[in-house]
Amino acid sequence: MGSKKVTSRRNFLKGSVAIAGASVAGAASANSADPLIADVQDWASITGVGVDETPYGLPISFEKDVVRRNVEWLTASPISSINFTPIHALDGTITPQGCAFERHHSGAIELRKEDYRLMINGLVDTPLVFTYSDLERFPRENHVYFCECAANTGMEWAGAQLNGAQFTHGMIHNMEYTGVPLRTLLNEAGLGAAGDLKDKWVYVEGADASSNGRSIPMEKALDDVLVAFKANGEALRMEHGYPVRLVVPGWEGNMWVKWLRRIEVSDAAVESREETSKYTDVYEDGTARKWTWVMDAKSVITSPSPQMPIDHSTGPMVISGLAWSGHGKITRVDVSRDGGITWEAARLGKQGDTKALTRFYLDTEWDGKAMLLQSRAMDETGYVQPTKQQLREMRGENSVYHNNCIQTWFVDENGVVENVEVS
Amino acid sequence: MGSSRMSKSLNQLVLPIAGGTALAISAALLVANLDYGQNQIESLERRVEQVSLQAEDASKRASEEAQVVTELRAKIEEIQTSAKEQMASGENLREYAPRNDGKFGLGREAVSEEIAAWDVDVLPDGRGLPEGRGDAYTGEEVFADKCASCHGDFAEGVDNWPVLAGGFDTLADKDPVKTVGSYWPYLSTVWDYVHRSMPFGEAQTLTADETYAIVAYILYSNDLVDDDFELSHENFADFEMHNRDGFVVDDRPELEYAKWRTEPCMENCKPSVEITMRATFLDVTPEDGGESVMNHATAQDTPTFVATAAAPEAVEGDADGGPASSPAIDPALLTSGEKVFKKCKACHAVGEGAKNKSGPQLNGLIGRQMGSVAGFKYSKVFVAAHGEGRVWDEAALVEFLAKPKSYMKGTKMAFSGLKKEDDLAAITAYLKSFGE
Repeated sequence: MGSKKVTSRRNFLKGSVAIAGASVAGAASANSADPLIADVQDWASITGVGVDETPYGLPISFEKDVVRRNVEWLTASPISSINFTPIHALDGTITPQGCAFERHHSGAIELRKEDYRLMINGLVDTPLVFTYSDLERFPRENHVYFCECAANTGMEWAGAQLNGAQFTHGMIHNMEYTGVPLRTLLNEAGLGAAGDLKDKWVYVEGADASSNGRSIPMEKALDDVLVAFKANGEALRMEHGYPVRLVVPGWEGNMWVKWLRRIEVSDAAVESREETSKYTDVYEDGTARKWTWVMDAKSVITSPSPQMPIDHSTGPMVISGLAWSGHGKITRVDVSRDGGITWEAARLGKQGDTKALTRFYLDTEWDGKAMLLQSRAMDETGYVQPTKQQLREMRGENSVYHNNCIQTWFVDENGVVENVEVS
Repeated sequence: MGSSRMSKSLNQLVLPIAGGTALAISAALLVANLDYGQNQIESLERRVEQVSLQAEDASKRASEEAQVVTELRAKIEEIQTSAKEQMASGENLREYAPRNDGKFGLGREAVSEEIAAWDVDVLPDGRGLPEGRGDAYTGEEVFADKCASCHGDFAEGVDNWPVLAGGFDTLADKDPVKTVGSYWPYLSTVWDYVHRSMPFGEAQTLTADETYAIVAYILYSNDLVDDDFELSHENFADFEMHNRDGFVVDDRPELEYAKWRTEPCMENCKPSVEITMRATFLDVTPEDGGESVMNHATAQDTPTFVATAAAPEAVEGDADGGPASSPAIDPALLTSGEKVFKKCKACHAVGEGAKNKSGPQLNGLIGRQMGSVAGFKYSKVFVAAHGEGRVWDEAALVEFLAKPKSYMKGTKMAFSGLKKEDDLAAITAYLKSFGE
């Protein structure tokens, strides 16, 4: 394992810097035959591994750097902590479960489907208990949604701090969920007892030791909330709430209660720890915003970025990134190379899905000069992603949560990228 | 595509038959010229007749088959057109499950004991509180016993664990200290959270009275009540928190959306731009993140960079500190020991690279002098045990883990103990499997 050094992008970059822009492998002309082509390689001669070598497939060893990472100093213990999706190394929009960020309050638990129970109680006609197999008998839907922690980019309020898109923007993932609409289950229990639904709430709670609980207004609960049991076609991972989690499209990740065990219809918000002492946003004057559920439109360039330096010479270059909005579809993303003086429209990889990640590309040329790269998302409500200055003017620097500012990467002449803040 | 291939193969079928007929006729003429006998001619003529009849038959069949092909083609076209129409009209697309206002009859009615067991949340107006009481004096003892290992004896917070007291008048500062006293708007939240989610690693073990006492002590540690203050279900609703009016409901729609729903600027959006802050100054990014390292420049300088020489730490797939295999130990016992250890994980680490958490790391525990892990702040009783030269052996460990607080009176360890003999044997075997 340790005998061979894995070629990293950084090593590669170092090599390319040393030969100062000279063309490297893959260039248009060559003086001598490439031994990778001219000589018979081992893999073209010796047979490879058989089927069943890895009954559940894992990424090839060369990709072992594409993993979730933790920032240890952020929290007291990994049991109550968060890690980050390697968004810098992914493309497309779907996040593989194995590298989708984790956030636990009392650790990820192993809960068997057989031991799973879901209770609906409170202001319902009949309080009910469902087993896992009961849930699979209700009509179900498939939808792709992003899940973003409200604290994503939260370390960047007071200044540029972490060097990598994974760390500044990696508290997000995007999966295709299979689940039953929450409204179907509420209807099964009957909402007659709740009377006028306008001012009613649904309190949702997890089965783990933190029993994380959040209050959701009835209007949202009856809209697009899913009680999900599959992600990207397979069972949820333990760390994402196996066997059942809540999916609350467009709203902060903390509300996507994992190991969902109870749904209570209520006439008031519970004002639980997670919706008062946490996930509230302190203004400059010390007052705080509460019930800031929606994740506003946001985007980030994933490549180039500090962990993805430019590893090629001048000429064709793809600038790529992600955009999303909790208000609906992304309709447009602009990219600036000069720190926000001039902008050009990027190409959306495909038509934006509602409350899901949209991939954007700027297919361009690099002239070898330094750049200040920024991206700016717009959603279907016409909302334009704000600058950090705009956010600070409005909220100060102590909000912790909901930092959806425009991110700046400084790219130098060698293609090295750094997280910076600009005037 | 498929239909054109089919018609081609039909042509191939017809042609050899026609060709065969021609060959038979020319053969017959040749034979006649050579003046063979009349019988032979007649028989050949009959043969010619048969062959041409067969040819006629084959050709008829071919044209019938060609007709079928044409019909099939038309049919396929019809199906494809209809599929296209269905796609366009969305007839076969049912993204959303059918709305059903009736019942499915799934699930069963919850019984009242079940609801009582799970529905324990407490609302700001005190709904959901069980009867009970506890004063700050009692709370101090319970807190020292169950909470102080992370939150500190005075609720001041150990390491990175939450600070629960103080921080008044800091909410408008650069780094606000958000504690129960300075920030939390409702007392119900404290009671609910302590009772339901704490102590960390031993949640849902506190009695109602213990919870009232702990909450009273947290208020006392915030100087909000005197030390003889008793909190109960009766006076709970009267208590108003310091920051009760410190919150506004999300006003982004009025304050922000109205401003930021606008046509964005594309050119000459600002006169100039300069770098004002750089992440690398802080040097807080994890080492294996693939980050770059910069020269020691100041923020005002034009940044100059060098790429780092160090390769990222390879993420090892093995050697994650799992138990060392030893033939002397029953593997099943190790497995159950690993399960039991889940109860300890909130505060203790064991295995390769294990560090102290709110409890000391446990590598090489058996045979280790008590209170001897470097860098860990032990409680007095362990400092004393260390002084006496006491050593952890299996018997001591079993006795300690069965009743931590009676074996080591005054230990900071909040854990209440393992009741089952099997669990004690398993955890001992498991911990024994980790060397220094």
